[in-house]
Amino acid sequence: MPNVRLMNVTKRYGKIVAVDGVNLHIYDKEYFSLLGPSGCGKTTLLRLIAGLIQPDEGEIYIGDRLVTDVPPEDRDIGFVFQTFALFPHMNSWDNVTYGPRVKGFDVRKSETIGHEVLEMVRLHERLDAYPNELSGGMMQRIAVARALAAGSKLLLLDEPLGQLDAKVRNELRYEIRRMTKDLELTAIHVTHDQAEAMAISDRIAVIKKGKILQVGTPKELYMTPKSVFIAHFIGESNFLEGYVSDLNRRGATIELRGGIKVQAGAPKDMDKGDRAVLAIRPETFVVEKGIKKTENSILGTVERITFEGTNIRYEIRLRNEDSVVVVRPSLVEEWLKVGEKVTVSFSPENTHVFAYPEAGLREELAVE
Amino acid sequence: MLKPKIAKALDKLSSKTAIKNTIYTVSIIIFFALILLPPILGIIIKWGSIEDVLNQPKLMSEAFNAIAASFAVAFFVSFIDVVAGVPMAWMITRGKSKWLSVLDTLSDIPFIVPTATLGYSLLLFWNEPGGLSSLFGASFVSPGWLLVILLHFTFSFPVVVRVMVGALLDYKLEYEQAARTLGAAPLTADRTVTFPILKHSLIASFTLAFARSLSETGATMMVAGAFVHGPIFINKHIGEAGPLVFVSAILIALSGLVFVTIRLLGPRLKMPVRKVWPVVERKLSSSTIASSRNGLTLLIFFVIVLVPSLFVAVPAFEAIFTGVLPEALGGVGVWGDYWRSISLSYFVGIVVTLLNVAIGLPMAIIIARRKIGNGPSAVLDVLVNIPIIVPSVALGASLAIFWKENFAFMPEIWLLIFAHLSITYPYFVRSMSAAVERISMELEEAGRTLGAKPLGVFRTIIFPLTKYSMLSGAIMMFTRSVSETGATLVVSNLVTAPVLLVNWVKSGAPTATLGLGCGFLILFSFIILLVLRLVVKGREAY
Repeated sequence: MPNVRLMNVTKRYGKIVAVDGVNLHIYDKEYFSLLGPSGCGKTTLLRLIAGLIQPDEGEIYIGDRLVTDVPPEDRDIGFVFQTFALFPHMNSWDNVTYGPRVKGFDVRKSETIGHEVLEMVRLHERLDAYPNELSGGMMQRIAVARALAAGSKLLLLDEPLGQLDAKVRNELRYEIRRMTKDLELTAIHVTHDQAEAMAISDRIAVIKKGKILQVGTPKELYMTPKSVFIAHFIGESNFLEGYVSDLNRRGATIELRGGIKVQAGAPKDMDKGDRAVLAIRPETFVVEKGIKKTENSILGTVERITFEGTNIRYEIRLRNEDSVVVVRPSLVEEWLKVGEKVTVSFSPENTHVFAYPEAGLREELAVE
Repeated sequence: MLKPKIAKALDKLSSKTAIKNTIYTVSIIIFFALILLPPILGIIIKWGSIEDVLNQPKLMSEAFNAIAASFAVAFFVSFIDVVAGVPMAWMITRGKSKWLSVLDTLSDIPFIVPTATLGYSLLLFWNEPGGLSSLFGASFVSPGWLLVILLHFTFSFPVVVRVMVGALLDYKLEYEQAARTLGAAPLTADRTVTFPILKHSLIASFTLAFARSLSETGATMMVAGAFVHGPIFINKHIGEAGPLVFVSAILIALSGLVFVTIRLLGPRLKMPVRKVWPVVERKLSSSTIASSRNGLTLLIFFVIVLVPSLFVAVPAFEAIFTGVLPEALGGVGVWGDYWRSISLSYFVGIVVTLLNVAIGLPMAIIIARRKIGNGPSAVLDVLVNIPIIVPSVALGASLAIFWKENFAFMPEIWLLIFAHLSITYPYFVRSMSAAVERISMELEEAGRTLGAKPLGVFRTIIFPLTKYSMLSGAIMMFTRSVSETGATLVVSNLVTAPVLLVNWVKSGAPTATLGLGCGFLILFSFIILLVLRLVVKGREAY
């Protein structure tokens, strides 16, 4: 069955290392996402799995078969391109039945498959339409139908929703997941949109500069990020700089700018006096009007308020001049006002402590 | 650069509708008056003399045979051009070797070598004792239809390669990759996806090779022997209006018909994409077959195209050691005429290039930006192609009739310039209109919304983005003018370099002299090619 294994796979373009010694195991029937910023190597990785490019080092297995040197037509895959790549000189029907035909299926079998997949994507009535007569969403569905019709159990999707508008994108991402689960396929989905990856994936690999930083379920990545970059890229985080002033059973005491001391979760591999970055999710803050004296509370002033529909977003300037973003449900809490004095507090369990990046915090967080 | 004050004044003028309309109108009038109508009117003026041929069944039969031979050669050569040129373009664009860029440059050589020189070079290679014949005994390929086919293949092959290299570079590789991921073998993917998508380029390359073959005269005369096709027939009967008008009219009408047919039916041409033979095509896609195909393509290119094109350089080397070179450089004897003819060729080339840039640029903008409405602009787009499809000797002859009958006072040098204007005009307008079309209208509109006048938009946006296409178009015009033979022979008695070389061949000039004469022209062509390459390389700066 099509589980996929990559062993120490490297791909270089001149001096640029696009994929750097990647080891990865994607399980059978899993919906797996390769997530990362533009230019991180995620599409290169997918193309290596598809055989559209060859690795400089390493081995790729699909099932138990070593496919490193196998051409794409012999890998038994379905591939959905970001631009759909529907053949412009063929109508929907010819596009969809192309795979069965070139694989030498008999006419009746090809037609049966064609009808089935077009039913599945609900575009049976548009089988005569050429790609230039279809909307973006329809083209995307035909592209998925064409990949499914090839009969493979491994579906590779290269930013398949990238060219669609937000509403259609949200609808189609669940539809694609449903189809792959119904057909018991293994799917590898490349995206730079963390919300999309979180919504549809069983597991996600976060990639940066050709390297896999962390692999896990969406919840694992969100709740226990292993690096500052993951905490930043998956969801949203506030980063406060400071030093480890004490290590204790509960975790660590971090001294922030302005001498503010707060209690945080246990840091990994850090000693007293080390420079640290404290990461806190915006929705885990508690904000109260006026001055309150509780654990991990810092005084601040509301600087900006943005209404986002479900949530309301406050930008608060703390008394040590650091700034944090706080997100609260818009319909269940009383709104604060710009300029209002508030107390911001957080629980140590909702914090993550990371060593201060060698390259600098801004460079570490950069996504371009 | 223009001085700011003058530029500002001209910019201001360009925003006046009357000025803009005048420029466009003048360029259209010049196109009709100088480029398109004179060759057609030349034939119409002498239409009555067609009876001279109609009354002589033998002459008429010869004329029909010559016309049939022209079309047979053009069709056959264009077909094998596409068959051999597409794998070459494929290898250049898809191969990974760094030497492929050298191969790309080499494939242009026959295109820029003056055709008369090319004809002589092929004659030496295929027929003369110093060439292949020294290996295979007496005259390996004698002058005649086979040598004409080899020649036409040689000079039209680069046209197909150039068009297809451009098309393959623009082609979105994802279509082919999608086919491969769906299980198609490389050959199946190419046959069912890539070639049908590139159908327009395939048709365009066939059409251009066809036009090039149909209109060529100078080089063919050197290798034709007893073989007679349309342009040679016209040249044989030079001075007689009847055969000229008869053959020219039929060639123009039939080639026009062929082009309209290709234009109308080409897009509807169905390629066999539904039927697939997975097992056979998989075997034919093997690396062994691909390597064999590449090897055969290179063999054809080197043996039939490149080496014969440059073979003339061999006697040129001989000339260096036999004292011919000092004579040539000193302008002794026939070399005086040679350098005068070279000067004339380059003078005409420069004048024609400058004039065509001036009159062709507004026309390119009219076509690219549909300045006079969609319908009329599309008609102009078709009409500018006509001078390409008319055989150059027919074009020259009808131009001579038109100008000499109506404007007897016209100096011969101007007749020559007008003939070359007609022949080279389409090359510039085609290349420039395509370049302007590639520039998004939004860029022009952005310039206008920021306050730039029309001329300012051209100076600051269109020109910087198209200057390399403009320069490439100008170099193409220049090389085409310098190498032109057929029309030059009949339009005037002035002796340009290609005409002189034809005369030398006819009079049996010594091989070393001929070789060196051709060698100089090839050397100059190399320099021009080098300039072209540097210009194209400069494009990468964008």
